[in-house]
Amino acid sequence: MDLSFTSDEIAFRDEARRFFRTEIPEAIRARAAAGEHLAREDIVTCQRLLNARGWAVPHWPREWGGRDWTPVQVYLYQDEMQRACVPPPLPFNTSMVGPVIAEFGSEAQKQHFLPKIANLDIWFCQGFSEPGAGSDLASLRTSARREGDHYIVDGQKTWTTLAQYADWIFCLVRTDPAAKKQEGISFLLIDMKTPGITVRPIVTIDGGREVNEVFFDNVRVPVENLVGAENRGWDYAKFLLGNERVGIARIGTSKERIARIKRLAAMEQDGERPILEDRRFREKLALLEVELKALEITQLRVVANERGRARGKPDPASSILKIKGSEIQQATTELLMQVVGPYALPYQSEPEAGSNEPPLGPEFAASAAPTYFNWRKISIYGGSNEIQRGIIAKAILGL
Amino acid sequence: MDFDLTEEQRLLRESVERLMTDRYDFEQRRAHARAPAGWSGEIWAQYAEMGLLGLPFAEAEGGFGGGPVELMIVMEAFGRGLILEPYLASVVLAGGLLRHAASAEQRAALLPALIAGERRLAFAHAERQARYHLADVATTARREGGRWRIDGEKSLVLHGDSAQQVIVSARIAGGRRDRDGIGLFLVDADAPGVRRRGYPTQDGLRAAEIGLDGVEATALGEPGAALPAIERVVDEAIAALCAEAVGAMAALHALTLDYLKTRKQFGRAIGEFQVLQHRAVDMFVELEQARSMAMFAALMAGEADADARHRAMAAAKVQIGRSGRKLGQEAIQLHGGIGMTMEYKAGHYFKRLTMIELLFGDTDTHLAALAEAGGLLV
Repeated sequence: MDLSFTSDEIAFRDEARRFFRTEIPEAIRARAAAGEHLAREDIVTCQRLLNARGWAVPHWPREWGGRDWTPVQVYLYQDEMQRACVPPPLPFNTSMVGPVIAEFGSEAQKQHFLPKIANLDIWFCQGFSEPGAGSDLASLRTSARREGDHYIVDGQKTWTTLAQYADWIFCLVRTDPAAKKQEGISFLLIDMKTPGITVRPIVTIDGGREVNEVFFDNVRVPVENLVGAENRGWDYAKFLLGNERVGIARIGTSKERIARIKRLAAMEQDGERPILEDRRFREKLALLEVELKALEITQLRVVANERGRARGKPDPASSILKIKGSEIQQATTELLMQVVGPYALPYQSEPEAGSNEPPLGPEFAASAAPTYFNWRKISIYGGSNEIQRGIIAKAILGL
Repeated sequence: MDFDLTEEQRLLRESVERLMTDRYDFEQRRAHARAPAGWSGEIWAQYAEMGLLGLPFAEAEGGFGGGPVELMIVMEAFGRGLILEPYLASVVLAGGLLRHAASAEQRAALLPALIAGERRLAFAHAERQARYHLADVATTARREGGRWRIDGEKSLVLHGDSAQQVIVSARIAGGRRDRDGIGLFLVDADAPGVRRRGYPTQDGLRAAEIGLDGVEATALGEPGAALPAIERVVDEAIAALCAEAVGAMAALHALTLDYLKTRKQFGRAIGEFQVLQHRAVDMFVELEQARSMAMFAALMAGEADADARHRAMAAAKVQIGRSGRKLGQEAIQLHGGIGMTMEYKAGHYFKRLTMIELLFGDTDTHLAALAEAGGLLV
């Protein structure tokens, strides 16, 4: 038993650290660290830099740009990326639709889409959830009816993250209304410019526009945009969601945020002394560090177990990473808001370019409350924490 | 980085687990507890035969040459078995002091009998006023001719009632909480001037209050600067207790799952109710987080940098204390009435976990110390 990394792993970590901190623009990383919303261009820029280095899709099959990294290397890459506040490659492209096309798509789909997905020449969004199909995803109702060489898609998707930036959407649609609910679903790729698609923003409680509703009204989709076999979409969706667990605990992000909280709490004064010297505050922070250390080791244990697991078949123990990882990330946003204190109150929309208006309160104050509000989402998305508990109860505890 | 055990470590685990299965089920444990000492001499001899009493000592000194990972493996199995014997007191605590503070000659004189199971030692350190403050020693040692004499009152000496010899901490100089001026002294338990009052602890183990009135003693190592060795041994004991707690938590969780699957109410197994499933999952998350920190403690227990080691042990003790409390309380609740009875094993795990939280610094004490030291991430 040994928690230390080999010299090769340390060399790899140092290489990743150097790359993320020198090659990815400082300005973008600073905006990400401050909790500001990133522009489409920021995300595209970072992913293209990563792709040029061969690091946008390391977990893909080798022929499509994968690196055959060990689980430890994948862990170090993600950890260093998170600690450097580098926006990760767009998950809808690289963790979701990319691996599905690489595994189940036609040769023509692979040739056409995979390089563009890796380089973010095509931006995909995810069309899974519907108003009536959240945790119970298989009850989705958006339909695709075959008509000659086309499917005719009708229905509505929701919670579609960054659909306003997307070129394409990958959708789960019902192709056999008569079949048992999991068995009549197909996986379709749809060009967002197709007539009949309407995107409507949903403003979230932080005031941001991250998610949208997407309406499909008589949308004609060429049959060659079906991935894999008709009515097998549920299998592909399960494969996709299995890949989503990798790195979900975001230990590196929480470490970076705790370091930031310490820096700011050492600066902000409460009377004669910095907030960091308040005993109750320090104990809350210390407790969070304990839980984070425990989770980091739990994650390493899951990583060590990954040797020999089939791709797309996650260790059910990774549900622990989702539950605790989201709780810890949320707790960091609470502590950050506590440091900001009363200056978390003003609602400040993000300054427009060239604005001379000074911020209200300390310059790091504006994003504190919105980030706290926004991060309530992380225990909801990607399979809510209650769904994760269900997975553990069934798959590990046998209940 | 790996979490695999070596072949030797696997064999060690299997043999200790087998012993627990064969000789330490709940009924057998009750029989062991009825022995006059409150634990089983026969099992103790078995530990000696298996080499467990020599586990942390160097092979050149007749030991097994095991490190903190081996100790973790043994303590986790002991936690499942909920053992009553003075392993922590004699091997981990007193044995640790022999390793870190005694001279080679003293070890040569004491270790063979300890490893063979013929002699048991205890560590008399805590005092009524000290709570968890390791430097708080009021007991004194004075030189008289060529001998040392000890005066003072020692509290909560784990398994102090059945030890043949006791290692006593005493002050040769300085004020009550000074870091300097503390020495370690070896005292025969039946020496003139020793008063012992043994008693059971809440978890069914044993302890003693020990009074010393001018008791003749031998110094272990050079008296005056013993605190770092004491702190080191307490850190090792914390790592060992974390592993024991994980064993107890794992067994208690398994017991609870069995109960959820077999107990029927409203015409079905109560484990089919989602509200109970999710609580069982939260217990599991606590168990796994605690297991991670017990591993961290084992891997840091040999760390030479005392500050880094203290932080790690404080962090581990905080996690174990919180997890053990939550898991223990939930286990009793999910069992319902049967969890409240002496006749059922769950409550005994709960009690041991509760006492582990109180030993060598409770959760709040360690959290405060960790916060004061600036946290874990530096």
